Amino acid sequence: MSMHLPALQVIIPLLLAAVIFLFNNARIAYIVSVAASWLCLAIAIQLLLLVNDGSVIEYAFGGWEPPWGIAYNVDQLNAFVLVIVSGIAAIMFPFSWRSIQAEIPASLHVLFYTALLLCLAGLLGMTITGDAFNFFVLLEISSLATYTLISLGKDRRSLSAAFQYLIMGTIGGTFILLGVGLLYTLTGTLNMADLAERIGPLQASRTLQAAFAFLVVGIGLKLAMFPLHLWLPGAYATAPSVVSAFLAATATKVAVYALLRFMFGVFGADFAYGEMHVELMLVSLALVSVLFASLIALLQRGVKRMLAYSSLAQIGYMLLGIGLANVSGLTATLLHLFNHALMKGVLFLALAMVFYRTGGSSMRHMSGLGRQMPWTMAAFVVGGLSLIGVPLTVGFISKWYLILASIERGWWPVTAVILVASLIAVMYIWRVVEVAYFKERPADLPTVSEAPLSLLLPTWTLVAANIYFGINASVTTGIAQNVAQTLLGGVQ
Amino acid sequence: MLAATAIAVIRQHSLFAIVMLFGIYSLLSASIFVVLDAVDVAFTEAAVGAGISTMLMLGTLVITGHHERTPKHGPVLPLVVVMLTGAVLVWGTLDMPPFGAADNPVHQHVAPRYIEDSPQEVGIPNMVTSVLASYRAYDTMGEVIVVFAALVGVLALIGIREQKSPRPVSTTDDKPPRPVLQVMAKLLIPYIMIFALYVQFHGEYGPGGGFQAGVIFASAIILYVLTFGLDDAYALVAPSVLRPLAALGVLLYGGTGVVTMLMGGTFLNYSVLADDPVQGQLYGIIAIEFGVGLTVATVMMLIFYAFISRGEKAA
Amino acid sequence: MMLDFFDLYNYWVVIFLMMAGFYTLIAYDNLIKKIIGLNIFQSAVFMLYISVGKVSGGSEPIAADNIELYSNPLPHVLILTAIVVGVATTALGLALTIRIKEAYGTINENDIVQMNRDAEAEKAQEWGRE
Repeated sequence: MSMHLPALQVIIPLLLAAVIFLFNNARIAYIVSVAASWLCLAIAIQLLLLVNDGSVIEYAFGGWEPPWGIAYNVDQLNAFVLVIVSGIAAIMFPFSWRSIQAEIPASLHVLFYTALLLCLAGLLGMTITGDAFNFFVLLEISSLATYTLISLGKDRRSLSAAFQYLIMGTIGGTFILLGVGLLYTLTGTLNMADLAERIGPLQASRTLQAAFAFLVVGIGLKLAMFPLHLWLPGAYATAPSVVSAFLAATATKVAVYALLRFMFGVFGADFAYGEMHVELMLVSLALVSVLFASLIALLQRGVKRMLAYSSLAQIGYMLLGIGLANVSGLTATLLHLFNHALMKGVLFLALAMVFYRTGGSSMRHMSGLGRQMPWTMAAFVVGGLSLIGVPLTVGFISKWYLILASIERGWWPVTAVILVASLIAVMYIWRVVEVAYFKERPADLPTVSEAPLSLLLPTWTLVAANIYFGINASVTTGIAQNVAQTLLGGVQ
Repeated sequence: MLAATAIAVIRQHSLFAIVMLFGIYSLLSASIFVVLDAVDVAFTEAAVGAGISTMLMLGTLVITGHHERTPKHGPVLPLVVVMLTGAVLVWGTLDMPPFGAADNPVHQHVAPRYIEDSPQEVGIPNMVTSVLASYRAYDTMGEVIVVFAALVGVLALIGIREQKSPRPVSTTDDKPPRPVLQVMAKLLIPYIMIFALYVQFHGEYGPGGGFQAGVIFASAIILYVLTFGLDDAYALVAPSVLRPLAALGVLLYGGTGVVTMLMGGTFLNYSVLADDPVQGQLYGIIAIEFGVGLTVATVMMLIFYAFISRGEKAA
Repeated sequence: MMLDFFDLYNYWVVIFLMMAGFYTLIAYDNLIKKIIGLNIFQSAVFMLYISVGKVSGGSEPIAADNIELYSNPLPHVLILTAIVVGVATTALGLALTIRIKEAYGTINENDIVQMNRDAEAEKAQEWGRE
């Protein structure tokens, strides 16, 4: 069976989604979803081990060798992202059961899990595929499922947020379709590896440049690159808690991966940096989003919305790493894919527990919780420290590489912005900590007890990961550095 | 003409007129697809754009009302964005290979194999079907999943009233009977269904296939709903029957892939299904096309049911 | 041949349509009009693909004995898939529109944004009273 692993990675959640829809029973749906997520994680880890020596696994669907058929290509880069996505799923799916009891009407639970599995399958598929058009199809699967999941939020604002995301996301998808179409016009192929070979001699083509522009903008919409980010805060703030957690930890990561894949795997580093000077755009946009998103996060009353803006700032860091265009920078980006998934995962899950007990997640709901929900708030604090970039947490590792990269480049203002933004992060995390630990609980709010174990356990698994990979970072940095070197190839 | 219709769509304020114009726009673009030799695409665009989409939009208008207020903010920023995007595109076309030339790179690399070898390798003359159902069968499975995902979304959002309405048969009082229409529909519907079956199983030879057949089949039921009302349609095909069928279509497609895996091929490699690879291809294509047709037809019906039953609830 | 009609301008006409749809999509506040704009935008992209696949003098890609030159079938397949994706998105978007109408009483984006803002401000006041 091991030759089928790449296909199974996506097909398992995809087909099980139809299976649970067929059974139409919430408990079965939940159990099957959790099992699927664990299987996916096992497969992803197996794949990562298989490609650790730098080899590439190719899987040709329908027995037609690429470029005639569709192929999956697994290398170290996407196996790494597969582990992130399925790992987060494996932790959050078990969490979801208790959490959605409080937020989603019971009649919709089966549909919730169907959409969740489709979303997972789409994200995994986007990551693993080696075919540019297949990427678009899987992107749309995950997008449609995501719009559905967001719209399940309790507040009516989740509806308008979902609609806004639907419009922006579809524009993004159509831009990507356009970019792929232009590439196809030039080369006659859709397979990414084949594309990379054939666009080599076309560097100066204006059509190629337009294709690059459309793909970058299209993916930029999906990853909420400033100023295309307008959909993200609303979507993350109003979706059901566990959906916010899952999306924040995975969706943007896959979009960043897609940007990397198209930039380096299709167009090539020479074209992206040498011909298009994408680094100038990325660095400037990234700096703006890091600073502004951090400041806006500081102004938020809803903690979920605050974390959403903080996510925008974190996306800025990842783009910054790409823009710095050296091995340390890319290493930082790759590490941050992994690390940000861990820390945002913890923060959003902690909020989900607050929501579960108090029915809300604004600053007001959190006041005085430090004593009433000690484990929940402790998890939040660890996540917050990691977000700030305190040593012994994962956040420190990626920031360290990012600062290193900016110093290597000699771009001092960039270093300064990173430090200032970290200070702002200290401030907005502190606001929550202050309210939770040093403020009395308002008299009109009921006292609450600690969240149940079925919620705490997944959250603390992530907390442990935050600390473990913060202390023992050799595995992740090893992979990230390896991949960064491969991606940049001859540029340095 | 297309451009004129598009501009009319922008200028109009009555949403009802806009939706109608959009239907016309779809038909026009379908005819352009025919001119460009894309008969399968034209078929689908006509059925989807002028048929399903327009119908759903009308269904939505019933609920939301159909007048648009004039926008308050100025059109400057959008215009700038649009101009910029357009400029990048026009810039991009400057180095595009000339329209229609047979030696363009698109026609050189991958496509010749589809054109020259597919009738032998896959064994059916319609190359679009060969590519769709065999060479790029995995994309098509994704497409079925997308349709399925839309169903999941629509059900989660607006749901379907599962039972017949609580007050039986009283609907005839407030609605005028439409004998001519009903007789016409009764006459037409069987033919539409037979046509759908023809399109389903003839897709290997002429334009058509599971998707188009599914849409046509669904439109027969939609016609039934429109003339006889939702309750009678429920008596004919209840949503509780359609729901599992929608999932089964997906599973039939995926299951075919799993079977090919178990028989030693890669996912969706039909050649292993029979001793003779070409025969195997045929079996595989028939199976997955049926899966496509099943899911598309049931999903379209369910989505339509959902819109209509929501509209009745609102009214 | 009908083809004279397209000739050089073909791509540009398509781009014009694309931009008309895109404009409708971002300039108007009515949610249904936005969805229609999205559809026009997408179908123009489809036309671009199909024009790319056209071979002058070729015929539709269904094998027959007396035909030598076929148009390229691959773009047709891709666009079939894309059309389906488009209708799926449209259906979901319309369903959302219905829910928005029920929840907000309007399908004008400006009004909705305003209502969301008001709700936000109200909460802020509550918090201020603490």
